[in-house]
Amino acid sequence: MPKDGGIGARTKRREDVRFLTGKGRYTDDINIRGQLHAHFIRSQVAHGRIRKIDTRDAEAMPGVVKVFTSADFAGAGGLPCGWQVTSRDGKPMLEPKHPVLAEGKVRHVGDPIAVVVAETLDQARDAAEAVVIDIEELPAVIDMKAAVQGGPLVHDEIGSNLCYDWGFVEENKAAVDEAFARAAHVTTLELVNNRLIANPMEPRVAVGDYEDHSGMHTLYTTSQNPHVIRLLMGAFVLSIPEHKLRVVAPDVGGGFGSKIYHYAEEAFVTKAAQVLKRPVKWTASRSEAFISDAQGRDHITRIELALDADHNFTALRCETYANMGAYLSTFAPCIPTWLHGTLLAGNYRTPLIYTNVKAVFTNTVPVDAYRGAGRPEATFQLERVIDKAARELGVSPVELRRKNFIKPDQFPYQTPVAVVYDTGNYHATLDKLLELSDYKGFEARAAESKKRGKLRGFGLAHYIEACGIAPSNLVGQLGARAGLYESATVRVNATGSITVFTGSHSHGQGHETTFAQVISEMIGIDASQVEIVHGDTSNTPMGMGTYGSRSLAVGGSAMVKATNKIINKAKKIAAHLMEASEADIELKDGKFTVAGTDKEKSWVDITLAAYVPHNYPLEDMEPGLEETAFYDPSNFTYPAGAYGCEVEVDPETGKVEIVAFTAADDFGNVVNPMIVEGQVHGGLAQGIGQAMLENCVYDENGQLLSGSFMDYAMPRADDLPFYRVDHSCATPCTHNPLGVKGCGEAGAIGSPPAVVNAVIDALHRGGFTHVTHIDMPVSPARVWQAIHG
Amino acid sequence: MHNFDFVKPSTIAEAVAALGQEGAQGLSGGQTLIPTMKQRLAAPGVLVSLTGIAEMQGVCMGEGGLHIGAATPHAVVAREARPHYPALAALAGGIGDPAVRNRGTIGGSLANNDPAACYPSAVLASGATVVTNTRKIAADDFFEGLFTTALHDGEIITSVVFPIPERAAYVKFNQPASRFALTGVFVAKFRDGVRVAVTGASQNGVFRWADAEAALSADFSPQAISGLSVDAEDMIGDLHGTPAYRANLVKVLTGRAVAAA
Repeated sequence: MPKDGGIGARTKRREDVRFLTGKGRYTDDINIRGQLHAHFIRSQVAHGRIRKIDTRDAEAMPGVVKVFTSADFAGAGGLPCGWQVTSRDGKPMLEPKHPVLAEGKVRHVGDPIAVVVAETLDQARDAAEAVVIDIEELPAVIDMKAAVQGGPLVHDEIGSNLCYDWGFVEENKAAVDEAFARAAHVTTLELVNNRLIANPMEPRVAVGDYEDHSGMHTLYTTSQNPHVIRLLMGAFVLSIPEHKLRVVAPDVGGGFGSKIYHYAEEAFVTKAAQVLKRPVKWTASRSEAFISDAQGRDHITRIELALDADHNFTALRCETYANMGAYLSTFAPCIPTWLHGTLLAGNYRTPLIYTNVKAVFTNTVPVDAYRGAGRPEATFQLERVIDKAARELGVSPVELRRKNFIKPDQFPYQTPVAVVYDTGNYHATLDKLLELSDYKGFEARAAESKKRGKLRGFGLAHYIEACGIAPSNLVGQLGARAGLYESATVRVNATGSITVFTGSHSHGQGHETTFAQVISEMIGIDASQVEIVHGDTSNTPMGMGTYGSRSLAVGGSAMVKATNKIINKAKKIAAHLMEASEADIELKDGKFTVAGTDKEKSWVDITLAAYVPHNYPLEDMEPGLEETAFYDPSNFTYPAGAYGCEVEVDPETGKVEIVAFTAADDFGNVVNPMIVEGQVHGGLAQGIGQAMLENCVYDENGQLLSGSFMDYAMPRADDLPFYRVDHSCATPCTHNPLGVKGCGEAGAIGSPPAVVNAVIDALHRGGFTHVTHIDMPVSPARVWQAIHG
Repeated sequence: MHNFDFVKPSTIAEAVAALGQEGAQGLSGGQTLIPTMKQRLAAPGVLVSLTGIAEMQGVCMGEGGLHIGAATPHAVVAREARPHYPALAALAGGIGDPAVRNRGTIGGSLANNDPAACYPSAVLASGATVVTNTRKIAADDFFEGLFTTALHDGEIITSVVFPIPERAAYVKFNQPASRFALTGVFVAKFRDGVRVAVTGASQNGVFRWADAEAALSADFSPQAISGLSVDAEDMIGDLHGTPAYRANLVKVLTGRAVAAA
């Protein structure tokens, strides 16, 4: 196959034609005849008891159809949590109810209390001002340590703000402590992984529709996983069986994790459409997104690294407080545990690891996965403490890492934190990084910067992530309440074109392009003959959606599996038509041939025969050419890489400029290098955003201080350098058919520690050796403060 | 946003009359007012647009210096003031983004007097005159604190007259999110002395740094202020910087503005 459309081609994204010409169809573009508009009234206080809600005046206002409160959801369940974590004492985590609308208490600024549904949005907003809500404000608890040390209870009925107290690996705890007692050197670091707001370009939207005569519900929503929403909302919240509930996630303008979860607004519009017998629409304002989208990160960690006299890592010990916010979002409990603790080996041979994670309820917006999800937090603390150790020991951070890397001949490698890395070559990515970033020339560049009064620093970070989530039987043992397979139906049409229905969901990843490239490669037809359909539970097989860099590794594997079934059947048909043995049939470049003969049938000859089966082995085989496959991975995939950041610090103002950033990634095989590079660029922007700019901050009363883009700093193009990215050091995944690992989150995982390491390096070179750490974002004010600290 | 009536007068007299109505509010580029209305934090009954009045538009040299119509957008100032007053043009070209610069106006910025806005520093450092429909107000008398000016209700800024200094520069340190001035310093050297105006830093809004003015009037070099210090007491402390940090920026940026002038 020529590389203009198959695996490895830099095919331009076909979906961009509609996005760039304004033809994308997003949820907010869906307007149904007779539709009503919902406006949510949200708590303005972080914690309070609802004394009274009086909706009478509002309901009498023009255009108002109904004002809903929690009383209207008396029969509904709470928003379910999809993962149960077990505490060290064997008890399950505390799991308070998360009602659709606040019941009795409000627990964070933005907690929905009531909803006005009216003919127009302006009428709904006008009427919302007439809803009288009497709230007795209660003391709020924002600080995690205060929350577990006798602070006000977020949920009175569970009696504690400590959701769980998780130890991992609990059996190793004594051995880890013993290793620390024996260590030649121990490096300790306390740090904060700052809270973030995902801020996808498209805010969340939900439109509910209900067909009275059939009892059919339809929810259009900005989701990364429509089947998961159908399952959670149908089974746990509104008691709607799947065959009467269709969930559609059309074009979605970015998710970054924040659109994985089942949100109250989805259940609300679905229910309200049934109650009112009219479609109901809600579109979040940007201000609403700040106080209602699940937020990310927010860990406080103390990490200790033990080394022997030869600088081998002998043990790692961590304690983390992880903020859950006021309620458990869909996957919140697993982020600081199974997506975090299992990655603490990093790229290293550290034999003993123990981490303790305390998940805490506070009067803040719920926290859940955000691009990387647990893995950035693990990588940040590990790569920061290694850098600090190198500095304390007076050795090169590069060589300390290299010395402790898992060696290329040690794969598959069993880590002490449960996971088994199938493949990798960390020395290769490090060498590639040092070459691409001209590490040898750094000292000369630093000297040049110094002449201009700037401090130049180089920061290195290695990362590993567990992607391609996940083996269902394993995650089931770990507390997941869902399977994590993926599905695909490959429908070959009579004249040879192909429609693929995938359970994966594209909201920026380019599946319509890359998935078609894979089919093109496998069958040898042009990619233009392949259409990729996703996002609608009414026509795609049950799928788990897109997050955790899983789509190609898991969804792509399901598609490959289904396509192989297609090819096997097509070969049988070809064997029949050419009167040959099936074993002699070869498929190449879209043609079936019989080995050793000049017999040949085209792809279209076979597909036509399948649907016009006049000459067809009907006694042995069904007509048609359509196959479905579910793929459940046997292991995670383990993308890894080396990131190098070069900064210049202005010591007078503390301003940090990233002058160069280099990424050497191992993603295994790559289907479309252009899209992979784009994913890395985007991930780096978000990782550098976390490191340099973004910070979600509440005051002590739970008011969001960074409640708009006036105070929440998103990275802009001119905040970022031109990246050097490389993915040539590929060690293909050994356990999925494409040998792919996933690339969506890498940039956001590996870059924050590289940036902070670079800033600390610059300050040390400038003589500010008292600065051992600066919490993110390393804003000018913080850097200046650290210098003058 | 609540409903409102909208009028777009073509003369200052018509605008003044329209602003005399109950609930009337002047609207220039709307860069502050419109977002505030969208959030329902302001709900004027009548918006009186000030952008359709010919005599409030444009940039030209005239008596007393450079005359800028109050409703002139930043982008026009950035382009047309450049041959006459490059430091002012550069300031205008650094406000917000292109959308902001093509809507926002100098008069709107001055009437609003946001403590982190750029223009107040140029007006104060230049010793400019704020011309209204009724009087001329010296810059030193115009700014009265956060979002507060000497303007009376219904009074309209019609133009601003900038004396042209011998040398001048504005150096802004961006607040990372909004890119307003976390601190900005405008230095203007005239034949009879140097004026230094600071925006973004003080809880009392734009101010002149008298010690620096004295030092720079004697010796217009960055070293001249090296021995000075800025009191952090009245400085703003927020998510993006402590009072001490802003006090440091005042000094650092003043030195850089002198070097750039």
